[in-house]
Amino acid sequence: MTTICTVYPELLGTYGDGGNGLAVLERARRRGIDAELVSVGLRDVIPDASLYLLGGGEDGPQRLAVDLLRTSSFGSRVRDGANVLAVCAGLQILGLTFCVEGNDEYEGLGLVDVVTSRGERRSVGELATRVDGRLLVGFENHGGRTTLHGGVDALGTVVKGRGNDAKLDGYRTKNIWATYAHGPVLAMNPWFCDEILAAVTGSELEPLSSAADLLYEERCRVLSS
Amino acid sequence: MGKSTMLRERVASVAVRTVNRVSRLTGRGSGTVIGGRVGIKIAPDLVSALARGRTVILVSGTNGKTTTTSMIVAGWGGDVTTNETGANMPAGHVAALVESQNTRVALEVDEAWLSDTLRTTRPHVVVLLNLSRDQLDRANEVRHLAERWRTALETYDDAALIVVANANDPLVVYAAETRANTLWCDVPTTWIADALSCPKCTLAISHVGNSWHCSCGFAKPVTVTSVLGDELVIDGVTLNLELSMPGEFNRSNATLALTALHSDGVDVEDAVRRVNAIHSVVGRFSVRRWNGHVLRLLLAKNPSGFAAMLATLPEDGADVWVAINARVADGHDPSWLYDVPFELLRGHRVYCFGDRRLDLATRLDYGGVDYVVVDDDATVPPSKGTISLLANYTAFHDWLARSQP
Ligand SMILES: [Zn+2]
Repeated sequence: MTTICTVYPELLGTYGDGGNGLAVLERARRRGIDAELVSVGLRDVIPDASLYLLGGGEDGPQRLAVDLLRTSSFGSRVRDGANVLAVCAGLQILGLTFCVEGNDEYEGLGLVDVVTSRGERRSVGELATRVDGRLLVGFENHGGRTTLHGGVDALGTVVKGRGNDAKLDGYRTKNIWATYAHGPVLAMNPWFCDEILAAVTGSELEPLSSAADLLYEERCRVLSS
Repeated sequence: MGKSTMLRERVASVAVRTVNRVSRLTGRGSGTVIGGRVGIKIAPDLVSALARGRTVILVSGTNGKTTTTSMIVAGWGGDVTTNETGANMPAGHVAALVESQNTRVALEVDEAWLSDTLRTTRPHVVVLLNLSRDQLDRANEVRHLAERWRTALETYDDAALIVVANANDPLVVYAAETRANTLWCDVPTTWIADALSCPKCTLAISHVGNSWHCSCGFAKPVTVTSVLGDELVIDGVTLNLELSMPGEFNRSNATLALTALHSDGVDVEDAVRRVNAIHSVVGRFSVRRWNGHVLRLLLAKNPSGFAAMLATLPEDGADVWVAINARVADGHDPSWLYDVPFELLRGHRVYCFGDRRLDLATRLDYGGVDYVVVDDDATVPPSKGTISLLANYTAFHDWLARSQP
């Protein structure tokens, strides 16, 4: 059984982030992979899962989420190799520090060597990133500027929008994918969803066509023009 | 007020009327916002000057502003000045206040403009409906908005102001709890996804039955008004609420509207009869014709609005049409489609219209809902009976324009 776990949707679920869990689950099931989607509420303990999903959130909820995760088994599970897709606030939380409510620095989980400071202005709009020759398309809405340290690789290079710093977007470690493309990024980018699903299940996936293919084509056309 | 100020405001008022008339005559617009903008340029205090001496009721919140304002207008009876085109920022307020001189005024107010509009219009009553996620790419995050409402109400100096507020929305309660003169209303509020974490301490709020509380002590206040089915009780008076418009949310809107009127001394027995008789509001819920189809037009702009509207659809498996755009007035980011419980449409076939029909189709596909992407209107097969058409803001106006009564 492949368990996909949405982490604190009450806190980290402001921008349609539920779409990511839905997309992975459906793309697994349609290929006959035995998968389930669970979510962790504020009072629950973090369950064992093959993939954890962290979404976007406002300042207060983001602080509470990181405080709850700090005292949970989440950090050790990720260090032991559990896979994570982290989006927006989720991306910031996994790093060393981030900023909330103005310029107050807040301690992250320290799982990845990245630091997020307050950007000069909010980054709001379409985001397109080139990842290994393919486009990742979506929408961003955040006030952070993220710097990668200690040889952490970016997820991709920005084609449109700002991402981390107008040049790079997100980061990629052995078991973590992070991007500023919020909300339903896995729903909109079927190839990206499948790449993560393949890594999580450790198997090669059958091709799968779905409504998302047409949407992805359309967004690529719009965003790269 | 000095003589030159008065003169300036009179000149500004004439300018508003003239510009709006020209705008209407030249077909450039309905002529509400443009004139208002010109007027405010000439006399920045124009809203204050025009509202002075009139009885003003303001309505704000994420969903239901236009409908609730219409209910107040109808319930009040007689002539009421209002911004019924939904132009709900200062320029729209100026246009409405210039166009008709009634002493009674009902205005809907954009959530972000509440503070400003309180100061300029000095209302007798302000109605606070609900706060939920809406157009995150151009509006403020919803908790931030609640914080701004709270500051605005806390610092507002007129102690006589009556606040009529939804006691089942923790964000609204957070905004209004510092006012002594608040009439809390116990109204159906199904969307709680934006108030699962406490606005005061960020811990989890417990929602139990019809009540809610947080471990920090923040909890649902004592209400003066309640509605259960068709029975509406305001301040001990029982009324029969039999709305012609569908939906639990309209019962909430009507309850808040009637509580506001009651607080202003209006006979609610008469008012409720007039509110019950409303069939549609600026095209919302209206039945229209298009290419041989009969359509009921339903406006839904955000997840809570959609959730509320989906709950009103009959479970008869009939086809449903949904139209989604992502233009400026809609917000450019359709990510919110994943916050809408479209799974409720399983068992129906959904026709996807609008600029962002592929985003919608993808959402429905992942949600296990049968869908058809309509790239060409000519290919829509004939339908039996009345089709429910749900559309977000600009898509709704497109359909209102292309269909006939
Ligand atoms: Zn609390």
